[in-house]
Amino acid sequence: MPLALRVAQSLSEAAGILAADPRTRLLSGGTLVMRDVNEGRLTDGTLLRITDPAFRQMQVSGNRIELGAGVTMAAILANRELAFLHAPARAVGGPAIRNMATIGGNLFAETPYGDFTVALLALDAQVMVLAGYGSARAMPLEEFLAGRARGEARLVAGIQLNRPQNAADFRFLKVSRVKPKGLSVLSIATHLPGSSSRIGQARVAYGAMGPVPMRARGVERALESKALDAGAIAAARAAALEGVAPATDAIATDWYRREVLPVHLVRLLGERA
Amino acid sequence: MEFRKDLFQNERDDNLNVVGKGVQRQDMPGHVTGRSPFFDDHAFEGLLHLKVVRSPHHHARIRRIDTSAAERAPGVKRILRGADVPVNKNTLLSLINFGKDDEPTLAVDKVRYKGEPIVAIIAESEAQALAARALVRVEYDPLPTVFDVEEALKPGAPLVNDTYPGNTFEYHEKYDHQKLRFGDVERGFSMAEFIVEDRYQMSPIEHAPTETNGSIAAPEQNDRFVVHSCAQGLFFSLGTAAKIVNLDSNRLHFIGGTVGGGFGGKVDSLTEPLSILGAMMTGRPVRYVLDREEEMLYGSPRGAERIYIKDGIARDGRILARHIRSYFDAGAYTRLSSYAAIKCTAHLPGPYTIPNVASDIYVVYTNRCPSTAMRGFGITAVDFALEVHMDKGAEACGMDPMEFRILNAYRDGDMKAHRRVAKNTALIECVQVAAEKARWPISEEAKRQSSLTGGGGARAEIPATPIDENGRFGRPDTRNGRSTQTLPAGTMRIPMTKQPIMEGSTDNRAKPPAVPQYEPYRPASAPPPPAYQPPPAPAPAPAAAPPPAAPAAPASQHGAHRFSSIFGTRRR
Amino acid sequence: MAKVPVQFRLNGSDRAAFADPADNLLTVLRRGLNDFGPKYGCGQGTCGTCSVLIDGELRLSCLTLAAACEGASIETVSGMADGPNLHPLQNAFMEHFAAQCGFCTPGMLTAAKALLDRNPNPSREEVIDAIAGNICRCTGYEPIIQAILSAARGMPAQRRS
Repeated sequence: MPLALRVAQSLSEAAGILAADPRTRLLSGGTLVMRDVNEGRLTDGTLLRITDPAFRQMQVSGNRIELGAGVTMAAILANRELAFLHAPARAVGGPAIRNMATIGGNLFAETPYGDFTVALLALDAQVMVLAGYGSARAMPLEEFLAGRARGEARLVAGIQLNRPQNAADFRFLKVSRVKPKGLSVLSIATHLPGSSSRIGQARVAYGAMGPVPMRARGVERALESKALDAGAIAAARAAALEGVAPATDAIATDWYRREVLPVHLVRLLGERA
Repeated sequence: MEFRKDLFQNERDDNLNVVGKGVQRQDMPGHVTGRSPFFDDHAFEGLLHLKVVRSPHHHARIRRIDTSAAERAPGVKRILRGADVPVNKNTLLSLINFGKDDEPTLAVDKVRYKGEPIVAIIAESEAQALAARALVRVEYDPLPTVFDVEEALKPGAPLVNDTYPGNTFEYHEKYDHQKLRFGDVERGFSMAEFIVEDRYQMSPIEHAPTETNGSIAAPEQNDRFVVHSCAQGLFFSLGTAAKIVNLDSNRLHFIGGTVGGGFGGKVDSLTEPLSILGAMMTGRPVRYVLDREEEMLYGSPRGAERIYIKDGIARDGRILARHIRSYFDAGAYTRLSSYAAIKCTAHLPGPYTIPNVASDIYVVYTNRCPSTAMRGFGITAVDFALEVHMDKGAEACGMDPMEFRILNAYRDGDMKAHRRVAKNTALIECVQVAAEKARWPISEEAKRQSSLTGGGGARAEIPATPIDENGRFGRPDTRNGRSTQTLPAGTMRIPMTKQPIMEGSTDNRAKPPAVPQYEPYRPASAPPPPAYQPPPAPAPAPAAAPPPAAPAAPASQHGAHRFSSIFGTRRR
Repeated sequence: MAKVPVQFRLNGSDRAAFADPADNLLTVLRRGLNDFGPKYGCGQGTCGTCSVLIDGELRLSCLTLAAACEGASIETVSGMADGPNLHPLQNAFMEHFAAQCGFCTPGMLTAAKALLDRNPNPSREEVIDAIAGNICRCTGYEPIIQAILSAARGMPAQRRS
């Protein structure tokens, strides 16, 4: 049967539709789902749109930030309160894509897409997940991504995260071969609170170094409770490849990604040293 | 932009109307208003959409094709299979009787590359065609694959293309490669101070036009079909399509010329035959457009090449001998690779005067996507290899790479390896200007050199040239054979005065060209080949540049023959 | 299959079409309304040649669900000229030879208009970023950048406001 279209007025209605029919695909910004339609990978089932204004809401005033899953990269870039997220938002596509692509879609983007999620991972974001009718439940992003890797589908209402205490503690780097806009060879996000003296709660995340964005736990351990000096950076470099499983795709081989990751990590860490 | 009017003043007319002046293009208003009519920019009532099922295997026997579910799918009007294609075997250059038909429009019993079309679905909408495509079931028996050109030539390699059992294109149905022999490279190497050898390769390159390949065909008045096409060679595509759908060419009305980027990737008529066939079968307009993934993966690329170069260089930097062995990866079918190897051979040994040159250029079949034309195909990769090799040669003999090129550059009047006199050479001047622009210091002597002087004379002579068994260059049985004869110095081409021995053609259509044989080699009576003479070192340019001398070409060169890159030397 | 009606303003005129529920806007513009200005180049958001403005925002029509455009105002390259008078960007593209095969030109012009509508005096870097989602495979980026910068310099004051 050909593709049908349904429109949900509210998030909970959308959750109900999704729970009732597993062949329903949620269309957020459209940049991933419409591609599957155009290329014939998605030929039957139902496309679901959400018109609920809550889906696009932003709560940015305090330290706790809440962003609806339908918030676009352009909306983030247009908001000065979210300056710390501008680098990863700008890393997504060109201007037209940024006007369309949403946070929620990025959480589901297959590697080598999904660079914005890498930033969220380093910022310890929580994903607000809806299951059926009812209120959203917060889930650590890492747990959400592990579920995604297992093929679990969830309706994401939005994300929550704390604003970094010091904007300079958060860094983001996307490496691509086409500039200014290209697919990721890899991306790295680091959140190193206290990096001017002693790092506490180091968070380092990679994109395109595995099936889903991942934490670099070896690097985090190497930096924890250290000053960001040459010794710590050398230790981080030595641990850079721990746990990575990059793919070979049209952008780069897995070998190349492993080769260049430590180089870019050292450069990103060195920027603040 | 800068026009260097000091160079070649005598060879140029300065009263030019367009060159060097800004002239508005006539298609520009259409481009900036979005009104230029590309093939897909035409409205048709009742337009149908065609999509093809492609092989997921690189090499497989097709056991069974089941289209029954797809036939019942919503919107499906017609399904085409190999048996529906009137002439389901073609090769592009068959229009000029070159090569054997080797490629089906829709695969029948075997697929030979991943992405080969097998079934075409025609439906009311693109979405319906895509949905129905997913319902076609094809059962395969996968076959062994080969992806490397040299592996494909080894005994026991998988047979890729049944039309060419040796996994090589056969020139004139006989020769498994293009061969060039000029002088005696082995002798050249033995006299050289330095031997520089290396291996180069280039990956396939996709043209990636912004407009993907496609066409729309529709029934027209007077029992004709109108075809909106993005073909780079509109009438080449018309001829190809007419043959495949078995219509007289005057029943096809091709409209095109506005092409959204081609770069060589729109000469294969990838879509026109099926669009026309669809319009013939349904009586309605049919549109067949590759999507981006198809264009990138299955639209033919510039072919991969592997190139081996061996140079022998004298102590003073003169290249005495160059041997090139190269393998073109045609992919599974010929398309235009056979022509690439001819162009490559005609280009060797690059823009240099080298007294001993040999090359063997193979077109090899592998289970990769067929490759085709792209911007200087046949030349680009070997030029990359040659120029990297020139740098290595300069390093080996301790010379500046710019000066090494100027020293070895061809000059007007020199004999090229394919026995044509070089003219309008200009390499020396190019290197001099490049050095100047790059602020690369070169010697005063190098700056004084000119492509207009110092050429010809002894550098215009054709050296004695050893040839292979029976004078036939490179039959499979002599691929590694030793040379047994020598063409005397000055031999422009194989003499045609002797009655050539014709070997039987495999069909009555294309007669193979003559394969001449020669008088047996009789060292006692035949004049011995002259002792090797290195090319005279270029004479220093006189203070005042003399007028350019007319190239001294051997008499037999003048007017009597022209060189066709496909057919070789022909009478005018 | 049941078609769904969709109505929007296209280049200042009210238009309506019937579309399949999952049709993208590009298909409806080209095959439903015969506006052949926006082109199909990739269907995956890579090339930008299908760029249109939806309510003034740059979008890729191939990735936009047509049904979601109900009531929107859509601009394509076909409506860029003011009657017989070309838009300054169109004139600048002609003067600077900013098209070769011409296939990327509709998308380039649309992306450039989206920029100049918001930022009448862009820097070179801002121009480059504005067309970063548009591929010119003839690789004529430099004339395109020059044309956009020149159009911005030459635009009359009221257009700049």
